[in-house]
Amino acid sequence: MTDAAWTVGEVVAAGSFPIDRETLVRYAGASGDFNPIHYRDDVAQSVGLPGVLAHGMLTMGVAVQPVVERFGAAAVKQYGVRFTKPVPVPPAGGVVLDVTAKVGAVDEAAGTLRVDLTVAVDGAVVLGRAQVVVGIG
Amino acid sequence: MPSPADVLGTTYPDTEPYLVGREKVREFARAVGSTDPVSLDPAAARAAGFADVVAPPTFAVVVQERTLVQLLADDRAGIELSHVVHGEQRFVSSRPIVAGDALTARMTITSVKSLGGNAMITAESEIRDEAGEHVVTAVSTLVVRGDA
Repeated sequence: MTDAAWTVGEVVAAGSFPIDRETLVRYAGASGDFNPIHYRDDVAQSVGLPGVLAHGMLTMGVAVQPVVERFGAAAVKQYGVRFTKPVPVPPAGGVVLDVTAKVGAVDEAAGTLRVDLTVAVDGAVVLGRAQVVVGIG
Repeated sequence: MPSPADVLGTTYPDTEPYLVGREKVREFARAVGSTDPVSLDPAAARAAGFADVVAPPTFAVVVQERTLVQLLADDRAGIELSHVVHGEQRFVSSRPIVAGDALTARMTITSVKSLGGNAMITAESEIRDEAGEHVVTAVSTLVVRGDA
């Protein structure tokens, strides 16, 4: 990959990831985040939410997977997001997280790419300024 | 009256070492939909030059969480979990986390701002290995909703 010529704006990875209540339960166990707003509608509604939400960190963790598939987990040097829109997950069915990853900047000297993620559910962007710095050296 | 502003600049004690387990890494990798063999298959990880499976990029949150517990337990700040919304998150890594690492985290509250009745708290947790070498810094901005 070192000899690839990277173009700003080029799509380097993309993917669609279903998220349902089972996904949330698995993530709660794997991460240790047992905030009940991620598994109980009554608790979520009592604090003014429409219902159970996906963990922000689940959305963040899934959204980077196309980049991980392309460059490898070990290549990720920095990763940051803003949680701009909550992701409600209905009890039946679920939602789909659509991710597109484009080259945002190339730093040849450092041997890194900044990859910018667009992360949306039903066409609505849910993460802001989602940027991954990956090593390409 | 407790206020998040009262913890600005505080550095909390190092957390107890967290031993990164192979099955925990694999469980976390599956939970975020990873298909990367270096996170799932120890043989693939070794072939890539790692001692064991490599944690996904957001795994550091598992260790960072132990520092956020310290913040929530600090009576000076008076933060209730049900009032907390995650605003931003960032990881800056020196190297990937690998199963077998024993990691400690040290959190500093680097910014507290008030914004329309809410408080925005930025907490930086430096995560180091047994040798004291930097592995990753996890930075969270939490929005604490005021009583309304």
